[in-house]
Amino acid sequence: MTTAATTAPERRRRRLSGSNFALGAIGLFSIGALLEILPRIGVMDRRFFPPSSEILTMLLRQLGEPGFWTAVGQTMRGWAIGLTIAMVAGVLAGVVIGSIPVLREFTASTIEFLRPIPSVALIPLVVLLYGTKIQSALILIVYAAFWQILVQVLYGVADVDPVVRDTARSYRFSRWTQFKQVVWPTALPYVVTGFRLAAAVALILEVTAELVIGVPGLGRNLGIAQSSGAVTLTYALVVAIGIIGIIINLFARYIERRVLRWHPSVRRDVAA
Amino acid sequence: MSIDTTPAPRERIDTTTPALDVRGLKKVYTGHGRDVEAVRNLTFTIRSGELVCIVGPSGAGKTTLLRCISGLLDVTDGEVVLDGKKVTEPPPGMAVVFQEYGRSLFPWLTVRQNIELPLKEKGLKKAERAEKVQTAIDAVGLTDSADAHPWQLSGGMQQRVAIARAVAYEPSVLLMDEPFAAVDAQTRADLEDLVRDLWHKFKVTVLFVTHDIDEAVYLGERVLVLSHRPTVILEDVKITLPDERSQLETRSTKEFADLRHHVYEQIQKAKQGFRPDGDTA
Amino acid sequence: MNLSSLARQLLLAIALPIVLLVLWWFISANNTSPFWPSLETIFKAFPTTWTADRIMADIMPSLARLALGYGLALIIGVALGTLIGLNRTVRALLEPALEFLRAIPPPVLVPIIALFVGYSGWTGKIAAIALGCLWPILLNTVEGVRGLDEVLVDTSRTYRFRKPTYFYQVVLRGSSPQVATGARQALSLGVIMMVISELFAADNGLGAAIVQAQRSFAIPQMWTGIILLGVIGFLLSVIFRVVEHRALAWYRGLRQSERGS
Repeated sequence: MTTAATTAPERRRRRLSGSNFALGAIGLFSIGALLEILPRIGVMDRRFFPPSSEILTMLLRQLGEPGFWTAVGQTMRGWAIGLTIAMVAGVLAGVVIGSIPVLREFTASTIEFLRPIPSVALIPLVVLLYGTKIQSALILIVYAAFWQILVQVLYGVADVDPVVRDTARSYRFSRWTQFKQVVWPTALPYVVTGFRLAAAVALILEVTAELVIGVPGLGRNLGIAQSSGAVTLTYALVVAIGIIGIIINLFARYIERRVLRWHPSVRRDVAA
Repeated sequence: MSIDTTPAPRERIDTTTPALDVRGLKKVYTGHGRDVEAVRNLTFTIRSGELVCIVGPSGAGKTTLLRCISGLLDVTDGEVVLDGKKVTEPPPGMAVVFQEYGRSLFPWLTVRQNIELPLKEKGLKKAERAEKVQTAIDAVGLTDSADAHPWQLSGGMQQRVAIARAVAYEPSVLLMDEPFAAVDAQTRADLEDLVRDLWHKFKVTVLFVTHDIDEAVYLGERVLVLSHRPTVILEDVKITLPDERSQLETRSTKEFADLRHHVYEQIQKAKQGFRPDGDTA
Repeated sequence: MNLSSLARQLLLAIALPIVLLVLWWFISANNTSPFWPSLETIFKAFPTTWTADRIMADIMPSLARLALGYGLALIIGVALGTLIGLNRTVRALLEPALEFLRAIPPPVLVPIIALFVGYSGWTGKIAAIALGCLWPILLNTVEGVRGLDEVLVDTSRTYRFRKPTYFYQVVLRGSSPQVATGARQALSLGVIMMVISELFAADNGLGAAIVQAQRSFAIPQMWTGIILLGVIGFLLSVIFRVVEHRALAWYRGLRQSERGS
């Protein structure tokens, strides 16, 4: 290949990625400015859509209130506990089912049936069982996140190279060594992908439980703000929840990079 | 991508009319505060019905040149004229066969559909399309695979599909960008003969770009030797081999060896940075 | 595949579900907890709960709203995603904003939409479903369009494809595997949004029906609703898979041939 033809686009790409950040900032700022001006000049109804500066001011004021931080803590706690339970259960079940062919064959149809059941269908049941206690949120989170992780782990365990597996067996590795040296390293990228998907799903269900059932947290505050007509606060809380979503996303990607730093392959998400 | 329904002229009896005229072509990539001159002052003409090979050392800007000629890339200076019209965008009378055969075919279409789609875009009627597609498929030996998808075929077969698509399009000039660089040697020899064969059968004008000296000499009527970057033409070599060529016979003749030797020398000089008189890199 | 292996597969597929159902049946049979009625009671409640009238009054509106919202999200998401994906500058400008919108858990949109149109009525519910489904479709479309093969684009340029052909044959079909990934994520979000949007107003729809049953302590009826929702979720994913399987047969073949070589 001629070098001129390949280096020129590369240069262009590098220059762009440098300015991408600036462009993105300009984009965010412009949208913010638009959401400031439109309500002020009356194109958007101020009663339903306050100018962005008012939302931002409200958010900053919230940051100084202990009650806000309590709610953030409650939301994060539910998310973290639910996600942890789902992770442990999903990985354990995935490894066990994945490593035993008979088990995999027998459970496949059941998993395929249970997985797409929307966990929000369980809302009335958990309300009866636990009311507004944190358990209500946890059940919804664990149900939704568990399948994401389980399916990824199953893909991962199935991805083990048969030649490598046979080699390990022919050297009479113990079951534990086989798992540690062969199965786990292969499955790890999938486990991490499952973690990233589950982290996002867990936040969705935590907020849903707060909003719909009234489990304490930012979502409940949001619902109260909305129903009491505190429009600016409603938007400020939506922005706050969005920021938490971004932080969780960045956190999951950071974990992914950390865990897979040594891993030779960069894997794409398995269609789940 | 505008619609231009003027049909490309199909008369090829008169081999003195220029099909493609490249005059003073220059391409400079403007980068981040640094300009890179890829092609400098290239001039050559291809007459209707010719089969011309362009050969140059790696880094000679072959792909840049080809993208300029096909209208995919803007030129910095000079002009490319196809059928008497200046090229500013991909012109109607041109078809290109890319090196990356697997990526130039539409994986969601069958072989037949891949060949037919450009004809549809040209505005041909259904019956006419079907006939041209079938002729092209038969000519490249894909009769049995016409309804397969490209990814079901081997690399060499996929490149045959791309060639059939280009031939069925009936271009004034067929550009081929190192089309056989990614196939194995045996397939490559077969495909070289296929190109000669189609050139005879369909009387297409072919501009064939390659880095392979043997391939250039074996295929071409003329071989244009490129210099190192910034690219100019070092020499226009006339290939005096007989019209009927065969892998076994032709390649073992003394004439072939001499021509090969000559072009090889030129390429070596090009690699060492030799430039024609009065030109400095 | 011969008959005996087919029979074996069928047996494998239904064995565990049958075992689970039987277990549920017997364990719940003598249960005294009001929240866990026996499976027999739940089954018996089905015909009286889900009469033809109720199907028309609750299930149909839910599914219609889901279809409308999901369809809207597909059309808008693919159209906007294509426009954004084709233009580098627009993409760089909007990407952070879109990532932020995607990071907002969709259920919080429900109270926001209610500010404008209230909780009851179709508009708010459809808007909630559409907005919930939009971002995964849009962002995956952007990715798909961005990842279009340059050689394929060059090919369509040299053959002078007309704009509509280019959009359909190259852009749309070329990005369809990524669009499908987004659409799959969006479908499960869509079902969640369908249920949640009905829980607030509790006027009609499946979500409203189960929450009403719960509030009036009609526990077996509530359970039939939960099971029905589960079945609907399952069926929707089956339909999605069949459609995807057919539409993207070429993609599976391509991937397989790439892996083989």
